[in-house]
Amino acid sequence: MKVLVCIKKVVDSNVKIRVKADGSGVDVTGAKMSMNPYDEIAIEEAVRLKEKGIATEVIAITCGDQGSTETLRNALAIGADSAVLVETGMDLQPLAIAKTLTKVNASINADLIFFGKQAIDDDSNQTGQMFAALNDFPQATNISEITIADRVAIVKREVDGGVENVKLQLPAVLTTDLRLNEPRFVTLPNIMKAKKKEIRVVPNAEVQMTNQSRLTVKNYFEPKGREPGIILSSVEELVEKLKNA
Amino acid sequence: MNALVIAEVKNKEVKLSTHATITAALKVSQQVDVLVMGDDVAAATSLIASLAGVRKVLGCTDGKFKHLMGEDVASVVVSIAKAYQFIFAPANVFGKDFMPRVAAKLDVSQVSDVVDIIDQKTFVRPIYAGNAFITVESSDEIKLVTIRTTSFSTELANVAPVTIEQISTPALFAKKEVLSVDEIKNDRPELNTAKVVVSGGRGLGSKENFDGLLIPLADKLKAALGASRAAVDAGYVQNDLQVGQTGKIVAPELYIAIGISGAIQHLAGMKDSKVIVAINKDKDAPIFSIADYGLVGDLNEVIPALTARL
Repeated sequence: MKVLVCIKKVVDSNVKIRVKADGSGVDVTGAKMSMNPYDEIAIEEAVRLKEKGIATEVIAITCGDQGSTETLRNALAIGADSAVLVETGMDLQPLAIAKTLTKVNASINADLIFFGKQAIDDDSNQTGQMFAALNDFPQATNISEITIADRVAIVKREVDGGVENVKLQLPAVLTTDLRLNEPRFVTLPNIMKAKKKEIRVVPNAEVQMTNQSRLTVKNYFEPKGREPGIILSSVEELVEKLKNA
Repeated sequence: MNALVIAEVKNKEVKLSTHATITAALKVSQQVDVLVMGDDVAAATSLIASLAGVRKVLGCTDGKFKHLMGEDVASVVVSIAKAYQFIFAPANVFGKDFMPRVAAKLDVSQVSDVVDIIDQKTFVRPIYAGNAFITVESSDEIKLVTIRTTSFSTELANVAPVTIEQISTPALFAKKEVLSVDEIKNDRPELNTAKVVVSGGRGLGSKENFDGLLIPLADKLKAALGASRAAVDAGYVQNDLQVGQTGKIVAPELYIAIGISGAIQHLAGMKDSKVIVAINKDKDAPIFSIADYGLVGDLNEVIPALTARL
């Protein structure tokens, strides 16, 4: 069973970003970049499936510039077998990425396709579901548990007010939530091993990625800050404030 | 210009997210139709038919819609999409599941989690956990928008009911099945729409403490319970109470953060609350930087004292 894991390089979750003074974008110069945390959970789960003997091959894929190679190396160090970089300098929107991944997957034919449920930079929460729709695959978003048996995935989905138990025929798309697992620490020997693994580069020309300019960002701005508050000295004072609020 | 709103109905009850989504749709169109799907939605459709601003209600009923799947919602929406220039849904677990499928099937982009609507093609949405906002212009012929429910009013007047039209169900998606739903019983106000939220973090130390200190306070304030990711990860409460960037986004009248340090991911989910109170033993906790009222102290003493005095 082949597993494809779609990942993205994002500004690290601990970095507090600033909008450029002219409102033309977000200033990410010099900011620490990391794998999107949900994608890391996705890689971890795929690798665990391989360690359990369920998956035979784990492939990590991303669309991005050369800098994304580092993110793929990280996926390889966690335990992915190989990686694919669809090379582009464009800032692709979710639909364009879903189409691109569909083209590349045509020659991979994965049985299970993992996505993080959301990228923490643009917070769109779209790509996995779009990929599923383009391929007419079943999807389970926000999953916290997975069992595979006989061309079927049984998963738990985190929904409002509880957990949904869902059965999906493979090939299927799964998007990961926080509770699925805790990604392992990458060890030095595995980082060394990762350097020897293959990263196949697919040039943009081959897949003809394009945004078709449907969404244009007019400007970026920062939210208004809150007025500074006050530190109270006693519970009585707080009760007083709450009664008047 | 026609707009379609997808209603969220659970256990025959119309969720307030539906009202907020109608409010948002009315900002771009006065021809707003509402699609209601489920296994038994008669009551829900007639309730929605009486909401001010709705032109027509489309009911789509099927026994298999007991547990509605995103795949089926998407195919129903796609089957009627051509009559609309706008499709609106709430940016929550319900809307996030099916809207991108609709977008891909119609070959249009989707604008997620919209907090403000400038005009018929221009929308404002947060990125980077709300640390930045973008104004986006869409050139798609059908504009697909999910809205942040706390940014739009849920107050809609009641009027004489409009027409309810039944639409047929397209072929259902066969490659997936919802086997069951494990529901967590919760008699409290809903986190999304509560006027007061009492939220706890790792500072509470244990599930016993979380329940023991927070439930009496929440009871007294008729508040919903919320939690930080740390508290959810530590198993103090169930997952759907997580407030933050990738959990619930709330904006109550009063948000009381107890033992929550205030990571940016948590602040993203609650910083639009009207009044924020932070109680923490660490005076340097980042949560104090956005709180209107802060109190530094031992939670085991402060919380029972506060509960007793309210």
